[in-house]
Amino acid sequence: MTRYKGLQELFRRYRRPGDIVFAWAFLILSVFLVTQLDGQAPWNPKARVFSQPAFWPTVAVWAMALFAMLHLLTSLLSRRLAGRWTEVWAWVRSIEYAGWFMAYVFLVPQLGYLPVTMTFAVLLGLRAGYRSVKSLGALIVLSVVIVVIFKGVLQVKIPGAAVYEHLPTALRSFFLTYL
Amino acid sequence: MDALLSGAGLLLDWQVIAALLTGSIGGVIIGAVPGVGAAVAIAILLPATFALPPLVGLILLLGIYGSSMYGGALPAVLLNTPGTAVNALTTYDGYPMTQRGEAKRAVALAYSASFVGGIISVAALIALSPLLAAVAPLFGSREIFLAALLGIILVVLAHRGQTFAAGMLAAFGILLHTVGLEPVNYTRRFTFDQSWLTSGFDLIVVVLGLFALSQAFLLLSQPDEHPKAATLSGSVFSGLRELWLYKRVAAVSSGFGVVMGMVPGVGEFTAQFMSYTYAQKTSKKPELFGKGSPEGLIASEAANNAVPAAAMIPLLALGIPGEALTAMMLSVFYVHNVIPGPQLFQNQMDFVMALYLALLLLNVMVLIFLLFSTGALIRVIRVPTRLVGIMILLLSFVGVYSLRNSMTDCAVASGFGVLGVILKRLNLPLVPIILGMVLGGIMEVKLRSSMPRVKTPFDMIERPIAMILFALILLVIALHIRTLIREYRNPPSDPDTDIHPTQGGQQ
Repeated sequence: MTRYKGLQELFRRYRRPGDIVFAWAFLILSVFLVTQLDGQAPWNPKARVFSQPAFWPTVAVWAMALFAMLHLLTSLLSRRLAGRWTEVWAWVRSIEYAGWFMAYVFLVPQLGYLPVTMTFAVLLGLRAGYRSVKSLGALIVLSVVIVVIFKGVLQVKIPGAAVYEHLPTALRSFFLTYL
Repeated sequence: MDALLSGAGLLLDWQVIAALLTGSIGGVIIGAVPGVGAAVAIAILLPATFALPPLVGLILLLGIYGSSMYGGALPAVLLNTPGTAVNALTTYDGYPMTQRGEAKRAVALAYSASFVGGIISVAALIALSPLLAAVAPLFGSREIFLAALLGIILVVLAHRGQTFAAGMLAAFGILLHTVGLEPVNYTRRFTFDQSWLTSGFDLIVVVLGLFALSQAFLLLSQPDEHPKAATLSGSVFSGLRELWLYKRVAAVSSGFGVVMGMVPGVGEFTAQFMSYTYAQKTSKKPELFGKGSPEGLIASEAANNAVPAAAMIPLLALGIPGEALTAMMLSVFYVHNVIPGPQLFQNQMDFVMALYLALLLLNVMVLIFLLFSTGALIRVIRVPTRLVGIMILLLSFVGVYSLRNSMTDCAVASGFGVLGVILKRLNLPLVPIILGMVLGGIMEVKLRSSMPRVKTPFDMIERPIAMILFALILLVIALHIRTLIREYRNPPSDPDTDIHPTQGGQQ
């Protein structure tokens, strides 16, 4: 970490590698949205300017395009920073964990909050590089604590799993309500 | 006085006391773990608080907000890594003190300064409340519109060096608010004939994605870190005595925190900047600043801890959130159909007083907790970062899925999570998106409702408060242009592009 050059620098924000890729992407999105304004937020000539539904989307999209253009311009005029595509690869890598999250979301209503949370905690722990019994055990304890606090105690709305329907009657309602 | 007593009465409920305890102690622990922070915790807990009574839910979240900075000072001093983003300036003088073998003194001073900042700000707000109650009704649609516009402008201009990026992200936030079925004419806006876009983007889903899921993805996709902190022995009571020697710096810094907290879109960083500059300029040993100056440490911690109470002012009195955390709290009000604004200040002053008293109690409870548990907290800050990432991912599920049991919400939150990773890695701010969403909504409603009384543009600013707000908008823009001209004439000598703790990970 670079030591601060002074107090002013501490509060400034600086460019990072990959900034220009994001600047281009944001500008392309903004220009695309500008081209869609007529169809997606049609202007009603009979209504007053500030009262019509298209006013704020129009302001927002044009402001996005204007600022995105200026941001891109500052990126283009600044010194090129090495590591642009390494940075983009880091963004792509984060999508893997979005996939893990969506798989978790998909499986909870099928297999149950507690079993899926425990399994995912351990699998994610292994994926993150933890191999010791202590770490994996801590993750199992953590997942049990999360389920008990949120579903058992705070009763947040997480539906009972389809698989719980096959449990014996005595256990079924307990599992559906608390786990 | 009646409102104060009535507010105190509201706090005697066992649920409120439990929320205060859980929020304040939980907030300290959350703040101490580098990589979590109040924004992540509040985003996750937000849906869980909807089932609670409004005062209980708000006090729980307020507890986390107000106490996380106490906890965040600990890794800032011991590890040179701020627990929350606003503790970054604390590393500037706190860590050099630790390197000199004065870790206990630095931690004690940080706690004491935070305590003084918190208490002074709450005391100031209780004293100011009658004035606020008198002024709040003078804010009509036009004034609230102009205040929200001022907030948007300030949040853009406050991101020094990245104004254009903040502008485009704030505009993106305003666009996100407009997506879906428009509530007055039922016009579809930017739905692209997709049924899942008809109901628009839920603020909480976006917040959870941008703040919580992005942090989980970021921690999991980066190399694992095992923070190693020095141990701390002995009592930290001495800080309160030593702080008395620097009472002027503590009081002025708290004052900056109160004033800056009240201005929408400004917040902790500006308060710290001003208080630190003041402390350095008036110090007998300015050369020590940045090398372990107790005054610098006090200026940073007193200012940042004075902000949360003050930030509740525009939220409660006008319904305008000044930053991301109060924007999240606004949704708790709406869920319970308690609409913050002039009416709340006029009709439910006891509710407002209960919140202030809760903040006062919170500071006392946190200080007592920290005086006895700092040793145990040091173990918490050593948790490996990927383990924290897994924990946030599992907790984020509760936050998003429990809202409506919707896979679509989860997919949208994941998308915003990836966007959050990109923005955090690029050092771009997340807050303008959230404030754009919230303030954009307020501006749309208030501009529309003020139109029947506006025949010419001048009518918009004919009333005194509207005129003052408009003058402030012009002043802020003029000051920014002046700063740009100065920077153009004297450009920074060696702008670095490395990550700064003020910007890494948390916002």
